[in-house]
Amino acid sequence: MTAKIAYLDVEVGTELPAQTFGVTRATLVQYAGASGDFNPIHWNEKFAKEVGLPDVIAHGMFTMAEAIRVVTDWTGDPGAVVEYGVRFTKPVVVPNDDEGATIEVSGKVAVKLDDNTVRVDLVAMSAGQKVLGMSRAVVRLA
Amino acid sequence: MALDQSFVGRSYPPTDPYEVGREKIREFAEAVGDPNPAYTDPDAAKALGHPDVIAPPTFVFAITFKAAGQVVQDPQLGLDYSRVVHGDQKFVHRRPVRAGDRLTVTSTIEAIKSMAGNDILDIRGEVRDEAGEHVVTAWTKLVSRAAEEA
Repeated sequence: MTAKIAYLDVEVGTELPAQTFGVTRATLVQYAGASGDFNPIHWNEKFAKEVGLPDVIAHGMFTMAEAIRVVTDWTGDPGAVVEYGVRFTKPVVVPNDDEGATIEVSGKVAVKLDDNTVRVDLVAMSAGQKVLGMSRAVVRLA
Repeated sequence: MALDQSFVGRSYPPTDPYEVGREKIREFAEAVGDPNPAYTDPDAAKALGHPDVIAPPTFVFAITFKAAGQVVQDPQLGLDYSRVVHGDQKFVHRRPVRAGDRLTVTSTIEAIKSMAGNDILDIRGEVRDEAGEHVVTAWTKLVSRAAEEA
């Protein structure tokens, strides 16, 4: 495992490059196929509204997959991720248009741990709301 | 209705092996729009010290969630799946999942709580490779929302 970032080069508070990820209905259909999660709340507007949602929502696991990219793009080696956990606090609502929704993710080093690992705390926002809570990854650096 | 606390600690039999394929990893990486070559190019993965292409950190959920179906659909437990939402998710990796892995999952009910009429179920999925080595553990919190008053 070869992370590009050296443990000695980071400090508590080091910010990772923030990124914005787009998500449209087409993205959700593609993710449903790749992940095997075909719950209709992620592609069927009628069904989503019947169960009380404002519209079709993104898979929480899709949002979780996007958020960790801020970490894996930073380290270079996705295999450097040792732990990763999130709480699904708010849904990412995906309207039926060409724009879809965006997920904005930022992260910073919160704690330097043993064995060349650090804890990165992530913030994921969509439409002005925090969509992941307690979003934390432990990653092993070089 | 609150779930039966006696299910806490119950483990289900290991699943049949799931064989992780390079093309399935590629499909997943494309679906999340991630161009990292470690997911698609064996040489790039080897340059990072991996024996073959590796899967994104959340890929294994497709396998562990399917395995958790044993718990969710256990008629004795009696969870109303139509009211279930995904609360939390956590992974602890011993090593990344990679192409060629044949993975089995053992699911265990770690906790059952009832809060404000909601049933909260914590399921731990231990993922092992063909040699029986631990690869990753997935913790999944499912919340079955209280049924509305009739």
